Amino acid sequence: MTTVETPTPREMTVIYNRDDKIFRGIVTGGALTSLVVLGAIGLFLFLRGAQIFSDNGLNFLVGSNWTAGSEDGLIPNDFSIGPMLVGTIVVSIIALVIAFPLAVGGALYLEFYAPQVVRKPLVTLLDLAASIPSLIFGLWGVQIFSSFGERWATLLNDRLGFIPIFGVEFENFGRSPFIAGCVLASLIIPITTSVAREVYSRTPRDLVDTCYALGGSKWGAIRAVVIPYGRSGVIGGAMLGLGRALGETVAVYLLLNLVFRYNFRILESEGGNVASLIATKFGEATDYELQALVAAGFVLFLLTLVVNMTATTIVQRNTPRA
Amino acid sequence: MIATTTSAPAPQTPWSTSRPARVRAVSILAISGVAAAAIVLVTGLAGIDGWALTFFAISLTVAFVRTARIGAKERTDAIMRVIISSAAVVAFVPWLSIFGSVLLKGYSGVRINYFTQDMRTTVPDDFLEYGGAIHAIVGSLMMVLIATVITLPLGILSGIYLTEVRGRFTFLVRFVVQSMSGVPSIVAGLFVYTTYVYGTESFSAFAGALALAVLMLPTVARTAEEVLKLVPEDLRAAGYALGARQWRTALMVVIPTVRSGLTTAAILGVARVIGETAPLLLTSLSNSSLKFNPFDGPIASLPTYVFGYLQIGTEYAIARAWTGSLVLLAMVLMLFSLARRFGGKDER
Repeated sequence: MTTVETPTPREMTVIYNRDDKIFRGIVTGGALTSLVVLGAIGLFLFLRGAQIFSDNGLNFLVGSNWTAGSEDGLIPNDFSIGPMLVGTIVVSIIALVIAFPLAVGGALYLEFYAPQVVRKPLVTLLDLAASIPSLIFGLWGVQIFSSFGERWATLLNDRLGFIPIFGVEFENFGRSPFIAGCVLASLIIPITTSVAREVYSRTPRDLVDTCYALGGSKWGAIRAVVIPYGRSGVIGGAMLGLGRALGETVAVYLLLNLVFRYNFRILESEGGNVASLIATKFGEATDYELQALVAAGFVLFLLTLVVNMTATTIVQRNTPRA
Repeated sequence: MIATTTSAPAPQTPWSTSRPARVRAVSILAISGVAAAAIVLVTGLAGIDGWALTFFAISLTVAFVRTARIGAKERTDAIMRVIISSAAVVAFVPWLSIFGSVLLKGYSGVRINYFTQDMRTTVPDDFLEYGGAIHAIVGSLMMVLIATVITLPLGILSGIYLTEVRGRFTFLVRFVVQSMSGVPSIVAGLFVYTTYVYGTESFSAFAGALALAVLMLPTVARTAEEVLKLVPEDLRAAGYALGARQWRTALMVVIPTVRSGLTTAAILGVARVIGETAPLLLTSLSNSSLKFNPFDGPIASLPTYVFGYLQIGTEYAIARAWTGSLVLLAMVLMLFSLARRFGGKDER
């Protein structure tokens, strides 16, 4: 009897010579610039805004005053971003609430319902829409959409005005968080839709076919397989959209009256977000006010970074790399 | 040998909808549309949004009635089909409306002088025959060019790191690039303002380009990685087998293979930032005369041009803003189709 020994695979080692080491060093350095830039953004914004943080402390985040002091010191400087922080979140949540169902519907339609003839052009349109500059969304919002938005707002207030968030103090329905939220929704639908479509297209085909084979309808297959399979990926996509909405400047600047007051009535014609605050006040800011703006920018940076990192983690965990 | 003729059976598609069924579906849609229009005309509902809502309600009712006798499962299916299709339509309509309105409203300002003159002797409310946006177009191109020169090498290096070197920071770099793509554009502007503009005490095209570079880097890096991943492992192995070192294989085998893919990466990066407004408001501001020196004070760009003229708010100023957005959108579309053309080339 002979025994056959399976040979053990030889250990593969790579030895890099000097040239390779230089090459790898340069490439690593280049790749780490993004890390350095990201770190530098956080560091510089923090350093330039540090004065404000130490002067105001936590009040910077919750207070509702933005008063530039007079030069003789009679009116003291008082800067805080409470209402803008709330405004940022309110507008983004409105956008997300509108965009999420539409994006999921759009992705499901493209993946499962669209006839072949219209599918390709629609996917191209989706890619294109993702690259429309937000300025053009803002321009469109101000000039075209707001008349529709005002009509819907009037209707909402008329029928649902007894619910506090739909109530208004002044019946002037233009330039409200609701309208800004609608435009932001159309701004974040492309990214959310394309992530959702990507995730849905990865649903194992056999599972879907099994559903059909068991006599399930299309909706049955979608509900039983596609949606549960894609759930966390789609949530990640929605968070990417949320991150974009949180940091949006120009569209919000054009569509909202900047008013420094906590406002939870979404149809009221006042609001603002941190980014549009920076754009508005930047032009004629005193040196101290500028530091306050930088501090506000730092807060916004942290907020979006947290949202984005969470989103990235969720999406990456659910997209197996080939 | 006997020659036999065999005819391959024509492929059947028993699952596709038959012609009568399709005709029925289309006519039901048409009838519902007309009925919705009639309801809008008769009742107090108004406008195209009122019509859409009515149409939606009618379609739901039709789906409900048609499946009434078949069963609950089919009914849910039909109703969900209507709901999902409507959601898709509502999601897509704003973009179509944007393309349409930019084209219609911007068209009137497209004249030769728009591309040959600047605004140094023209006030915003002059007739559209006078003045133009050449200064803004040149400013935008200049900034985007500088930003590309800065980011393209960095983006490619980061792509090479992720696909060739695969060092111990691979996960970190990928994660940072992803998170960086979510940095709000105004924060990038603020960053360059607090560092470069504050240091040189002058707004300039170069400062604007730096801010754009921050926003562009993640796009370029990610696309470069995607493209480099497509290079077959065999090519690398062949390079090594010929005795080439890693750096030679990377620079002389891998990169030339995906040259046009890397062009795509640059183009997509440019498309990402060419319309950015917020960072430029903080770094390059705006002006009204043509200039070519990127270090010489405030300079206009298409986005800040559109933004500024929209703020002025008079009739011709707004018309100029629309034309500016038409030019901007045309640039984005052009870049996009270029990227598609280049993107298809590397695949074999």
